[in-house]
Amino acid sequence: MRALPALCLLLASTAGYAETPQQIRQTYVAEATAQQAGFAPSAKRGEAFFRQRFTISDKMPGCTSCHTDNPMQAGQHAVTGKSIRPLAVAANTERISDPAKVEKWFGRNCKEVVGRACTPGEKADFVAFVSEVR
Amino acid sequence: MKRPVLTTLLTLLLATALPALADRMPLPANTPTSFKDECGSCHMAFQPALLSATDWQRTMASLKDHFGTDATLDPKTEQEIGAFLQRNAGNAWKLGAGGEPPRITRTERFIRKHREVAPRYWSDPRIKTAANCESCHKGAAQGNFSEHDIAIRELRR
Repeated sequence: MRALPALCLLLASTAGYAETPQQIRQTYVAEATAQQAGFAPSAKRGEAFFRQRFTISDKMPGCTSCHTDNPMQAGQHAVTGKSIRPLAVAANTERISDPAKVEKWFGRNCKEVVGRACTPGEKADFVAFVSEVR
Repeated sequence: MKRPVLTTLLTLLLATALPALADRMPLPANTPTSFKDECGSCHMAFQPALLSATDWQRTMASLKDHFGTDATLDPKTEQEIGAFLQRNAGNAWKLGAGGEPPRITRTERFIRKHREVAPRYWSDPRIKTAANCESCHKGAAQGNFSEHDIAIRELRR
C-alpha cells in the first residue's frame, strides 16, 4: 500500500516521457499555426518531402538515401553502412515517441540533406506521414 | 616429473588463448548510455580502446565537421562522452596514430590486422567502408573481432 504513491509517480513519469506521435505532431502544428494561420498538417505533403531530392549532399540527396523508398523497411546509413530501423511508426513503435530525439534528428538531417533547418510545417507534415504510413 | 608437463601445458594454453583475448574488446561495463545513443546511431559505438587518448581528444574537438556531418552535442553530453573516451582510450604506442582527422582505420594496428584483406573488398557493397566493422565481424558491437568468424565467406581464415 505504501508503494502505491511511488508507483503512481513512476507511471506518470514514464507516461510523460513516451509521448505519442499525435502529441508530438500537435506541438509542431501549434508552431506552424503561429507562423501561418489555418495550417493543417498533411501526410501527403510529408510523403512528397520524404521523396524529394535536394542538391545539397551527394551521398544523401534525400531522406530515401538512408531510409529506402519504403519507410516500413529497415534502412542503411549511406556512408557508414550502419543499419537503421524503419521510420514508420507502424513498423517501429519507438519512432516519434521522444520529442527531444525527434528534434535532434530533424536538426541534423535537415541541415545535412535539405541544407537548412526544416520549418515547423514541414516537421508536422513529416510526422503525419511517418505516423500514418502503413 | 609432473611439473614440466604442467608448465608446458599451461604455456601452450596461454599461447593459444592470448591471440583470442586480443580480439575480445567489449565496451567497458560503465559505458554511458549517451555514448551508445549519440555515437552508436550513425555508426557502431566504436570501442574506446580502438583509438588513443590524443586521437579521441581531436575527434571530440572537431564534432562540428565529423567526416562531413555536424555531430555536435550539448555541453553536458560532450563532457560525459569525452571523459569516458579519455578514461578508456587505447594504448597510443600499440595502436599508432590515426591521422588527421583521426580514423580508427588509419591506425597502424588496424592496417596490420587487415593487411590480408584485398583492396577490392573495402568497396564491396556488403562492406561499403572499412569503418563498417559489423559487415565482417558480426560480433563487433559486442567486442568480438575474432578472425575465425568473419561473416563474408571469402574472407574467413
